[in-house]
Amino acid sequence: MSEAVDIRLAVNGEPVARRVPVRQNLVDFLREELGLTGTRAGCEHGVCGACTVRIDGAIARACLVFAAQLDGAEVVTIEGLSDSGEIADLQAAFHERNALQCGFCTAGILVTAAELLRDNPRPSRSEIRDHLSGNYCRCTGYHAIVDAVEAVARQRSAKGAS
Amino acid sequence: MLSCTARGANRCADGEETLKAPRLKYFRARSLDDVFAALAAHGDEAKVIAGGQSLVPALNMRLLEPRLLVDINVLPGLGLIEEREGRLRIGALARHAEVGRSPLVARLTPLIRQAIPHIAHPAIRNRGTFGGSLAQADPAAELPACAVALDAVLHLASRRGERRIAARDFFKGLYETALAPDEIITAIDIPPPAPGTRMAFLELARRRGDYAMIGIAARARIEGDAAREARLVFFGAGAKPIEAGTAAAALGQGALLDRIAAAQDALADDLDPLGDLQADGATKRHLARVLLARAVRALATAPERDAA
Repeated sequence: MSEAVDIRLAVNGEPVARRVPVRQNLVDFLREELGLTGTRAGCEHGVCGACTVRIDGAIARACLVFAAQLDGAEVVTIEGLSDSGEIADLQAAFHERNALQCGFCTAGILVTAAELLRDNPRPSRSEIRDHLSGNYCRCTGYHAIVDAVEAVARQRSAKGAS
Repeated sequence: MLSCTARGANRCADGEETLKAPRLKYFRARSLDDVFAALAAHGDEAKVIAGGQSLVPALNMRLLEPRLLVDINVLPGLGLIEEREGRLRIGALARHAEVGRSPLVARLTPLIRQAIPHIAHPAIRNRGTFGGSLAQADPAAELPACAVALDAVLHLASRRGERRIAARDFFKGLYETALAPDEIITAIDIPPPAPGTRMAFLELARRRGDYAMIGIAARARIEGDAAREARLVFFGAGAKPIEAGTAAAALGQGALLDRIAAAQDALADDLDPLGDLQADGATKRHLARVLLARAVRALATAPERDAA
């Protein structure tokens, strides 16, 4: 057992193999090792949600997982969600409604909102607030964020129905 | 949640301005025997990691500095949720989100179904585990109180064999349990509720997902308008889940809804909460009375086995 571990995983669909120090959390691995700086390191103890990514299909705090634990995992970051077009409508709605100001929290909020809409296509405003409750935004006061997510839910279900 | 003052401690200890875990070794266990061997070889220097949602913050703040992480996430068979002869068995590695979605859990123990959405936030619930929450024994955590209220039995395993322990004997004090250093929790059994049992789970937190100021896990068998075998377990009210036995006995002495005030008064004998970051002691005492009344009304009006 050493303080470095060999891992192979998929990040945004690309195979990645690295030797990582055990103490390196996923957010530092993504930013410093892979140059994927869309994921933000905020509080680094699981409170603020800025580092939210998808691991094996479910959102998680990248500051509360060590890269060493992720051998065989599939990680999707904001870059992956953005490039695939999966959240293009969410991004547009955030832009239109000024649902971001400094933008530090935005990647984490988009990753979280994407999961909500995947699992619950027509959430109430209260359900949106509930799902986003672990993502802090110090600029917007949240109203515009909830508006944007709600608008996308409506757009998507209108499209699905037509 | 851990206070920000811990940041200072980390900075002093390490010269770093951010919250990073200490230098560690890592072992990915593939079987229980792997876990036992690692714990036997490394003793106190090893720490088992399951979901890590409480452990990793504690590492990042250097509240804990183990030398070795024994990762149990890929142990086979430990994440199952199943029904065995009417008992609900929840594997120690079942994630909170999976427990919350399980139709079996909703049917057999609606108390747990009601409790899950109060645990932190979705991203935390996707990784945090049922067994991990019990092993952590945070005094403000939801699942230890549920386990006590439901007379759950924990399965503990070590190289010495397996043993079973009632939840009410498992929790010893602040973050303190009956778990030996070489043991892990493998599963939790919850006995089937007696016919006519109703359950209610309520929690008050300053914001959604924050640690509880106070909460209650309650159940009772309802006969006519009276409660039998009422169990009232508070969390965020002391060092561990606190059974309000005096209040529960007071509830049983008449029609349930007529006994609320008497049960509230009896709480003074059951609870003497100290203040914490969430609320001071007097606030907790007041809120305990409020939650007790709400829980009793929920029990009085809920459908059998479900107060949702």
